[in-house]
Amino acid sequence: MNNFFAWIEKRLPLMDAMNKHAAQYPAPKNFNFWYVFGILASVVLVNQILTGIWLTMNYEPSGDGAFASIEYIMRDVDYGWLLRYMHSTGASAFFIVVYLHMFRGMMYGSYQKPRELLWIFGMFIFLVLMAEAFMGYLLPWGNMSYWGAQVIISLFGAIPVIGDDLTIWIKGDYVISGATLNRFFALHVIALPLVLVVLVFLHILALHEVGSNNPDGTDIKKPKGSVPPEEQSKFKYHKQYSEKYDIVDAVPFHPYYTVKDLVAVVVFLFFFCWVMFFAPEGGGYFIEAPNFEPANGLKTPEHIVPVWYFGPFFTILRVVPDKLFGMITMFAAIGMLFALPWFDRGTVKSIRYRSKAHLLNLTQFAISFIVLGILGTMPATDLANMIGRIASLGYFGFFILLWFYSKNEQTKPVPERVTG
Amino acid sequence: MKKLLIALLTVVPMLALAAGSSVHLDKANNDLTDKESLKRGFEAYLNYCLGCHQLQYQRYNRTFADLGIDEKEGVANWMPTGEKPGDHITNTMPAKEAAKWFGTTPPDLTLEARFRSPDYIYTYLHSFYQDDSRPFGVNNKVFKDVGMPHVLQDLQGLKTIDEHGNLSPATGGTMTAEEYDAFVRDIVNFLEYVGEPNKLEREALGYWVLGFLVILFIFSYLLKKEYWRDVH
Repeated sequence: MNNFFAWIEKRLPLMDAMNKHAAQYPAPKNFNFWYVFGILASVVLVNQILTGIWLTMNYEPSGDGAFASIEYIMRDVDYGWLLRYMHSTGASAFFIVVYLHMFRGMMYGSYQKPRELLWIFGMFIFLVLMAEAFMGYLLPWGNMSYWGAQVIISLFGAIPVIGDDLTIWIKGDYVISGATLNRFFALHVIALPLVLVVLVFLHILALHEVGSNNPDGTDIKKPKGSVPPEEQSKFKYHKQYSEKYDIVDAVPFHPYYTVKDLVAVVVFLFFFCWVMFFAPEGGGYFIEAPNFEPANGLKTPEHIVPVWYFGPFFTILRVVPDKLFGMITMFAAIGMLFALPWFDRGTVKSIRYRSKAHLLNLTQFAISFIVLGILGTMPATDLANMIGRIASLGYFGFFILLWFYSKNEQTKPVPERVTG
Repeated sequence: MKKLLIALLTVVPMLALAAGSSVHLDKANNDLTDKESLKRGFEAYLNYCLGCHQLQYQRYNRTFADLGIDEKEGVANWMPTGEKPGDHITNTMPAKEAAKWFGTTPPDLTLEARFRSPDYIYTYLHSFYQDDSRPFGVNNKVFKDVGMPHVLQDLQGLKTIDEHGNLSPATGGTMTAEEYDAFVRDIVNFLEYVGEPNKLEREALGYWVLGFLVILFIFSYLLKKEYWRDVH
């Protein structure tokens, strides 16, 4: 048996890769609560892929059969209801953990040099995830699926000159129809998941190249020969790390973080299953009531609102009076996040050692984002639009202000070593 | 963190204000575990509703099994038109004709309790009133200008509406108000069951899963503590 493994190892260094990325990967020992959401996102990704495969076995991607096939899954397929709720709850859970994961990065400056590319990969994951969720939301072929897609696709019609042709090209028809459903199905079950998995792979590779940040924003990899041996981390690390650096304040990812993350995964699953088994509609936010009625091009739901996780960006779109300019603003909102590493001109990473101004700015950003999200699930009244405009200002203002004050920011001294 | 919470708490009521109000609904207070109520609701549905409203995603034999009705008895007593036990609960009303008769094809009600809510159906069936300007002489307070007649008028009697929009107690029905409430509650109960036949099974499984996760949490926490002992 050992010979067999040695034979493999010589041709494909699997054990070496495992050591490099898990058993001998140096992870800062001071990760806190905020550092569990990356693992949780991977758990949800696996859940979505596995349940998705089984749902595909009984789902019928056609305008005539889609809605009925969902009810077939819910009633006649053994544990079909469980698979479907795992998938639908997973969609919302995905965005919850991803938003928290992104906010963690913003709090502790995990996007700053040298982690810009890591952040960019993460943002592409977020972008593809939104496309994936949008296409998946059409598949149940409920009335909100239909009209939600109608509203979002019609946005592209605002683009001058090519707009109308572009919407027809996306829909594959003059209206949203079975043709649209079929192409969304293809993109949702194969094209986008493939891209997503590749991006996640690159995200993790990029992370392991530059190393994990931590709540103190300090570097756990010190120049070789700068740290006396008794102060270095006592664990064995892969030579790729240990030959180049003196490693301090770290533990090997496996087993220390695998057992710690296991606790987080169990706690997460508890809340996940709570929703899934006792409130799978998520109070009408995870599965919206109008989606229990089949798609009907002649009957508009009372309020067409997107699923909650698109809320913040939908509100930004909606509060701008002009349709084209609204769409540009919405995409700019996502573009701002991409450019965050360059808006922040500071060198201190963690919120712990940055200025009061930054703390306030990040706090107002979080509030603005949540308010935008809540507004996005509500009908657009004058008052809602006014609040939405203020919150949009807060959203964009965060980046602009950051650019100005981060150059000469009054920061606290950053400790050499991690605290606690 | 604290500041964030305080700020949110001041903003959220403003948002609620921005959302506006909705129609008041009465509570149905139905009970999915009450099989007798479900059976009565099933029977009432077959007698009063199925003529127009199909349950095209729900099967007869599934309903028998879940409601505790023996399949042979079920076929004899509850399936008068000779379908097979595995058939969906449908009617033979031609959709196009129906659209001509009522202005719209009567909707399928399999998912009505999930689309609207049990409370909505309960309130809806209590909200018909006399309105001679409508084709069937009745209108509905929660569904304005509804296309259907008051099918349960013989049972409930008919209400009238005053200029403030208040409904007067119904007169001329064969049931008392309490009997009618119970009758409607049974139908609502049955429709909630049909909307998601697995609901009770889902919740029952949920307790086992959550219980398992609590135990797994204890062991995974102890495991983590044991490993991290040599880091601290």
